[in-house]
Amino acid sequence: MTAQQIDERRLREVALTPDEYRVIVEQLKRAPNAVELGMLGVLWSEHCSYKTSKALLSRLPSTGSAVLQGPGENAGAINIGLGWAAVFKIESHNHPSAIEPYQGAATGVGGIIRDVIAMGARPIALLDSLRFGPLPASRRHFDGVVAGIGGYGNCIGIPTVGGEVYFDDCYAENPLVNAMCVGIVRVDRLMRARAEGTGNSLLLVGADTGRDGIHGASFASVELDEDSVGRRPAVQVGNPFLEKCLLEACMDLAHTDAVVAIQDLGAAGLTSSVAECAGRVQGAGARIDISRVPKRERGMTPYDVMLSESQERMLVVVERGREAEVESIFQAWDLTSAVIGEVTDDGYLTVVDENDLVARLPVELLTEGAPPRRLIGVAPEPPPALDLDELPPLVDPAATLLRLLASPNLSSRRGIFRQYDHMVGDSTVVPPGGDAAVLRVKGTRLGLAMTTDCNSRYCHLDPNMGAQLAVAEAARNIVATGAEPLAVTDCLNFANPDRPEVYWELEETIAGLATACRSLELPVVSGNVSLYNESFPARGEGGPPRSGRPKGAGAAGSAIYPTPVVGMIGLLDDYGSRLEAGLRNEGDFVLLVGSSNNDLGGTEYLKVVHGRVAGRPPALDLTREKAVNKLVLAAARANLLRSAHDCADGGMLVALAECCLLGGIGVRCPSLSPEAPVRLDAALFGESPSRFIVSVPSRAMPEMQTLARRHHVEISLLGLAGGESIEFEGQFKLSLAEMRQAWEGDVV
Amino acid sequence: MKFGVVVFPGTWSDRDCGWVIDQVLGAQLQYLWHKDADLKGCDCIILPGGFTYGDYLRTGAIARFAPVMEKIGEFADRGGLVWGICNGFQILCEAGLLPGALVRNASLEFRCQWTNLMVERNDLAFTSQCADREVIRVPISHGEGNYFADPTALSRLEQNGQVVFRYCDPTGNVVPSANPNGSMHNIAGIINKRGNVLGMMPHPERCSEPELGGSDGLKLFRSVAEGAIKVLVS
Repeated sequence: MTAQQIDERRLREVALTPDEYRVIVEQLKRAPNAVELGMLGVLWSEHCSYKTSKALLSRLPSTGSAVLQGPGENAGAINIGLGWAAVFKIESHNHPSAIEPYQGAATGVGGIIRDVIAMGARPIALLDSLRFGPLPASRRHFDGVVAGIGGYGNCIGIPTVGGEVYFDDCYAENPLVNAMCVGIVRVDRLMRARAEGTGNSLLLVGADTGRDGIHGASFASVELDEDSVGRRPAVQVGNPFLEKCLLEACMDLAHTDAVVAIQDLGAAGLTSSVAECAGRVQGAGARIDISRVPKRERGMTPYDVMLSESQERMLVVVERGREAEVESIFQAWDLTSAVIGEVTDDGYLTVVDENDLVARLPVELLTEGAPPRRLIGVAPEPPPALDLDELPPLVDPAATLLRLLASPNLSSRRGIFRQYDHMVGDSTVVPPGGDAAVLRVKGTRLGLAMTTDCNSRYCHLDPNMGAQLAVAEAARNIVATGAEPLAVTDCLNFANPDRPEVYWELEETIAGLATACRSLELPVVSGNVSLYNESFPARGEGGPPRSGRPKGAGAAGSAIYPTPVVGMIGLLDDYGSRLEAGLRNEGDFVLLVGSSNNDLGGTEYLKVVHGRVAGRPPALDLTREKAVNKLVLAAARANLLRSAHDCADGGMLVALAECCLLGGIGVRCPSLSPEAPVRLDAALFGESPSRFIVSVPSRAMPEMQTLARRHHVEISLLGLAGGESIEFEGQFKLSLAEMRQAWEGDVV
Repeated sequence: MKFGVVVFPGTWSDRDCGWVIDQVLGAQLQYLWHKDADLKGCDCIILPGGFTYGDYLRTGAIARFAPVMEKIGEFADRGGLVWGICNGFQILCEAGLLPGALVRNASLEFRCQWTNLMVERNDLAFTSQCADREVIRVPISHGEGNYFADPTALSRLEQNGQVVFRYCDPTGNVVPSANPNGSMHNIAGIINKRGNVLGMMPHPERCSEPELGGSDGLKLFRSVAEGAIKVLVS
């Protein structure tokens, strides 16, 4: 066996390419040893280094007057006033959840919570954006993930207040689990994970280090194949009880000023947390002694210790000489802590095992050294066009509405969120089930609205427009609660970018996100990229896709749609003026804000009723979008609105039905005959953006009309709230009971 | 009136109970650490919700051995008010301060939702502010709230009138469809024979302000606080 062959085998194990290896040798001026190679492998994985997406991500706007912390830290932070900061981030745990749904989802939740804790913030809410293949085939993924999210979130006592669940063939083999956490902290207590101060101690706290999750980050950076099941040991196991203790102990750290920084141990474990912490300070390095790391079992090698992804661990940088003070706080919570090393000023990460040198690498090589991958994007064949003239006219609106309400992508999510504690904390003032959730900041009148959104079918049909629509819908969900959208965190889920059409999707998506975020003045302050969400046939199989594989997902057959999940927060100055989606008062006027076009491309209606994924997604005009949002916020502030609901998936009639079902009040409408050229199916089930359904007390109507004119936004009267059914005079009538049966009947 | 709220590792309703006592009710609040065998002169001890010690073995099974629990047992024996909510109810059953046990929900799923409770006793220190057979709206949030007792214990509870809260429909009918977890006899909360140890699965501390969807829970906190005032005056 030649040296070259050994290297290739070793390189495959750590997911490095021969080119990357050459760069390493060139920079080090020597060959790395096995531990160093493993450390570089994980930190240069896509998951940690963003080597494929970094250049593109820099196009996203990340600044603004309220931004306290943009990308590059454990989480982003926004100033929400009265001395408070909101800290938040979304992150994917897709690959682990595909293999081991319960633990994959649970540890995804655990990881994102630690990111928020590391900023010094108390986590106050969780949201989960989930994608699965259709049920019942994907039941194992679905049940496991929902149970895992509940299992972790319920135990740790942080409310799960929102998110989304979509089903599509393209996720059958690659489910998506994106978890978002929101925390709050006093602005002057906001922490940053910077290893400042030569000689300061590195304290490792929480769980003992075991052999679990080794190579998790590398594993998340390749496609799943039939061997992936054998990677189950690369999935970590969560202990929410331990994390609860870790959380409270970290909150108690506020009582001392001996703590310089806190850093989560996530992907790539000790290696990345120490390197990243040092990497944020010019010239800083660190020296750690792995013999001092508390271990779960005997015989662990230095390689195991450096690459372990054992959960519920944090690294704390403590002022030299004050270690006992900090350790006593962890001891009170019966947590193990150990000083494992110190901050240095040599720019190297030096790892020793007592007296033996195990690894010595420049911090910069670890954190910034991965050569950017310059991929080429090529637009794929455009999706099938939609010729509206060929689409048969709508015959039975009532039956169609029932079918849509019962469709898995539109039906009530109550069956899911009632499995999550969404109330603990006494802050949830708008619970899940409507547009965005709202949590109050206790001790103030401030309300924080939060949501996640993405319609990946739109993104598949037009990634650029799909990304813009995702931002717009998130903003509309925030506005529907009466809150002003503030900032974004994004989770970009894609297939294998080595395929030019996938890289093109990534480029287009980021361009679309940038366009929408700039226009709506929303900085992107944190986020995550998850690539390689794609399965390929077992080695040697090669041939046509196996049966049951999605067809419409592009050349590779089992690739996911581009899925840029947008997490957004917004602010209400006084949560007392918050709005919910449900109608509240008999006799109120029910209005459609904005106007409907023939936007049937990519809709749920087209998929469910006509079995087609085709056309262009609805066209978004960002200027219009802003005007509509401004109108709704102005009306909310003037106290003219009694309810507000975003009109999105499923179109106007589905949104109207939701307003009725959530409020328990029906609506009586005159017959609806849209003005040509707008078709009836498009008016009822088209998904034109920039629309809301609001209800207004009759006395407020004149003022509402004046306001709408002033904002140059069209409003139209749909009907009057009241009764026990939705009725369009002379067209159809459906009772709330029938609709509820369809909507909640089969609760996923 | 001084409320003591016990904090075990894994407790999470401590801060919610504390918030209601301190900020909504305006009563005196004292957190009690599980390791401290000292009740610090509290008049009513609350064992709040959570997953003490992760509840990996069995809910409440480890917490009952905490040093603070011995003192709470003595306090209860002297007639002191002890109030177990959710995990606290589970701990009280494990500790033998209340009969029966809480087993896995019949749905085998965690449930977080609003429930209606029929108040069957309003002659207690915990419920004196409730009307006779009042229906109150209080949310639950648990995976193991399915009340179970052997037939003898169950009939003794019923005969002695120890069932304080029962899941019911909005108009007060105790029917199976209103039972969220499969509890025997729709039991949501019980009291010991002496009337000073209450265990309940629903969370009154989550519904003590209208902005949280309801404020019926405050009636229970008020009952305890005002009962103490009456004792002081009389």
